[in-house]
Amino acid sequence: MTATAIGSDFLHAPLRFFASLRLTVVCLGLGMLLVFLGTLAQVHLGIHAVQARYFQSLLIFWSPPGASWKIPILPGGYLLGTVLLLNLLAAHATRFQFSRKKIGIILLHFGVILLLLGQLLTGLFARETQMRIDEGQTLGYSEAPREVELAVIDASDPKFDQVVAIPERVLARGGTIQNPTLPFTLNIRQFLPNSHLAMRSQESQAPPSMATTGLGTNIVVAEVPRTVKDDERDLSAAFVEVAGVQGSLGTWLVSNAIPDPQSFAINGHTYELVMRQRRFYKQFILTLLHFAHDSYAGTDIPKNFSSRVRLVDFERGENREVLISMNDPLRYRGFTFYQAGFDNNDRTTVLQVVRNPAMLLPYIACGLVALGLVTQFSMHLFGFVKKRSR
Amino acid sequence: MKNARSYVIWLIVAATLAYVVAPLFSHDTRGGFEMQKFGRLPVLLNGRIKPLDTVARNSLLIIHGQQTLSIEHDTLTATDWLAEILMKSDTADQRRIFVIRNPETLAALGWNTEAGKYFSFRDLFTHLQEVEQQAALAQKVDAQLRSPFQRDIIKLYERLTLYHQLENSLEVAGTVDFKSQVDDLLKNIRPSPIPMNSGISTEALQSIGFLAETGYFFPIPPVPPNDDPLRWRKMGESILQFITAGNMHPAVLAYATLASAFAANDPATFNRALDGYLGWLQQHFPARVRKANVESVFNQLQPFYSAMVIYVLIFILAAASWLVWPETLGRYAFALLVVTFVVHSGGLITRMYLEGRPPVTNLYSSAVFIGWGAVLLGIFLERFFRNGIGSATAAMIGFITLLIAHHLSMDGDTMEMMRAVLDTNGWLATHVVCVTLGYASTFLAGFLALTYIVRGAFTPSLDRDTARSLARMVYGIVCFATLFSFVGTILGGIWADQSWGRFWGWDPKENGALLIVLWNAIILHARWGGLVRQRGLMVMAVFGNVVTSWSWFGVNMLGIGLHSYGFMDSAFPWLIGFGASQVVFMMIGVLPPQVWRSQLETAPRPSGAGMVDVPA
Repeated sequence: MTATAIGSDFLHAPLRFFASLRLTVVCLGLGMLLVFLGTLAQVHLGIHAVQARYFQSLLIFWSPPGASWKIPILPGGYLLGTVLLLNLLAAHATRFQFSRKKIGIILLHFGVILLLLGQLLTGLFARETQMRIDEGQTLGYSEAPREVELAVIDASDPKFDQVVAIPERVLARGGTIQNPTLPFTLNIRQFLPNSHLAMRSQESQAPPSMATTGLGTNIVVAEVPRTVKDDERDLSAAFVEVAGVQGSLGTWLVSNAIPDPQSFAINGHTYELVMRQRRFYKQFILTLLHFAHDSYAGTDIPKNFSSRVRLVDFERGENREVLISMNDPLRYRGFTFYQAGFDNNDRTTVLQVVRNPAMLLPYIACGLVALGLVTQFSMHLFGFVKKRSR
Repeated sequence: MKNARSYVIWLIVAATLAYVVAPLFSHDTRGGFEMQKFGRLPVLLNGRIKPLDTVARNSLLIIHGQQTLSIEHDTLTATDWLAEILMKSDTADQRRIFVIRNPETLAALGWNTEAGKYFSFRDLFTHLQEVEQQAALAQKVDAQLRSPFQRDIIKLYERLTLYHQLENSLEVAGTVDFKSQVDDLLKNIRPSPIPMNSGISTEALQSIGFLAETGYFFPIPPVPPNDDPLRWRKMGESILQFITAGNMHPAVLAYATLASAFAANDPATFNRALDGYLGWLQQHFPARVRKANVESVFNQLQPFYSAMVIYVLIFILAAASWLVWPETLGRYAFALLVVTFVVHSGGLITRMYLEGRPPVTNLYSSAVFIGWGAVLLGIFLERFFRNGIGSATAAMIGFITLLIAHHLSMDGDTMEMMRAVLDTNGWLATHVVCVTLGYASTFLAGFLALTYIVRGAFTPSLDRDTARSLARMVYGIVCFATLFSFVGTILGGIWADQSWGRFWGWDPKENGALLIVLWNAIILHARWGGLVRQRGLMVMAVFGNVVTSWSWFGVNMLGIGLHSYGFMDSAFPWLIGFGASQVVFMMIGVLPPQVWRSQLETAPRPSGAGMVDVPA
């Protein structure tokens, strides 16, 4: 036996495994199981947790109640998608000869590859945020609905604020945070992803607060599990100790349930502390001119929601009015603004702001798959009809 | 001989058509009143302009559970009943139309179970407060956690509320002579922007305000030439408008005349006023009148109901053709199938015209459309194979889906307005139609496979040729199902991307559609890979029924997600039962071949034989 033969055998065995139709069937079957279980799990976990745990994961783990260990029970969406991708590529590398008869299958499989890739890229790179604008208000940023940040604002200069924003994942780690622009350190003594806040006057039995200054001294905080409902927001909270060179200035309670900044002074500068939804600043601003909520005659059944906004972009010299309505979003500079909701007696609009670099892939994939399926099946059908009529 | 046979076919076709159009020839003139014409008057309700006949049928269906009302030795049509409740409420109040079956509800109202299950509004009148309190308590419980009693009492409360609203739609319930009241207003009122200054009595003003608030539907059209649906008014609103701004609307006068004449049992005046008002409507709102007429004819014909009945006959004929006179009975079944398909399509097209929408807009219409799609495909199969299988299977699905639709229609109007994001005909016509055709074809493949399993296991009638053609049919339909469910699902993704900004969100209904795509893809790949042969293909296709029914109904029962249109607890046992029955058929399908009555696999064929173009 020559070296090349051994080499090609060594290569061929895994290639044959990856190219097999059995693997396809097994993967698709596991995919069905995953999708089915992922649907059922939404009842208790909520759609966001399910997405992370079932579909945007390599393995799905199970652990018996109360146990500290866990075992993988099912491949997750990313793993299955990858194996299917390899399966398709390997099948085309080994089994399929390019021929006119196979053109439909090749097209459609290529479409499926694009679809899988598109979903992978979307899962990795797409970002969904929201913009809540009151009528007459102007905003230049959108907010992450499920993620908070701690903003430390140097408000000393009347012309501008200097902001240091600490993301949620850093807060969750706890410990001491230093930033070169801040003349003090922040010690995150406790971070609660979701919490319940109550006035101390109403809960006299509560233990003393960790907060030594600010609004927090009058508030009792209790940790609660993160929400699984799509239409609810977590109320996060943290106890933050500020320490300058002379020592501690005190511990503040911050929470996105406390919208007003709490301030303190150090070295002649006034700083403000506030926990808020994580912000993403845009290179342009939107002003809500009018929000409209139309119903069908004589009913409360909504017919349409729409927001008339003014878009101003100094960099590109844009200054125009735009109407965003259901099924008719605004697309601008890689962002898409969708009418997602409303609030405040129809005086506030909620826009979903999406940035998805892989947005076009599903469209191309859809075209390819449809074309491939139609080609393939009509070849079957014509062949069949011809045979019957003979 | 051939002539005689074609005679018979034409006879069958004619008899079927006669059966379908027969309802048109019954003309309702109870007591000399032109009730049929009365039922055609257009009114606005739930955002849609519809004939009173539709209001009557749906209200009676909600309150009484049926579209007609049986009284001693007689039957009232829905419109007869509506006329009573609108214009002669004292009589209506004595009709025993409220059915109460739940013993706990009966007990809560102080009745024992022997008190009878049917109650009139008058019987219930003294218990209204109790019902309201109990319903308020029950409403605090999460919809999915409510006990049967709690659900029943809420339903009873809703039915009573609807009744109360209906009674106070044209006149305040109990009014004897509405016309003279309106005439008094016309004579004595000096219209003024401040109603109290118009010279109206406080009492009269209160009762008009009550009418404006309580009325169920909007009977008064806009002032011509305005034709904006938003300008339809309730009776009380229109009279208030007269008090504040002058100009009594002619429709108010017409309805007042109708009400007084009906209460005084004066058909001549009633019919004259009705003709006068219809003429006025015809002159100013011809398009609305035309639609209302079409809708009431549609209501009367009930094409889906007749089609449902004929599908049973077709199934029997086609199944009988496997035992005796295959050619003759097969031809009769096919002819009937085509005629019934035309009736089914007619109903579908009429609905589309009335709604101004593509065929599928809600769960009800999806049932109608799944049946329609399956029958269409069945006709093509029958045309090619001529063995009665296409006819029988199509008829079976047609019957089942129309039966499901019939039960779904019990909740009231099946032509609802489309909520905001759904208000887009383009996506409804593409995504929804494709996905629904995907459902239809997956079901068709599944039912063809059931035919194979039942005939093969329980009868000796499944010969090898028939088996092979069934395998071809199933394979072809699965291809078709893959195409439509895949394209439909992806189109749904694109719609989601257009309106919510994400292509795929793992929403339960999206996942359901994906399951169908995956399952069909699995069937095809398993077949191509030689992992299954003829019987394996059939067993897999039967499982397609389970997957599709989960996607169609099951996910709605989870009560979560963007597509959850109402929790349907009552359908849950049926869904489970259907799934279980399919599993049983699958198990029969994998029994050893010797146990089957039809002997098929005496000489096993190489894998792939009988298939059209099988890739390696």
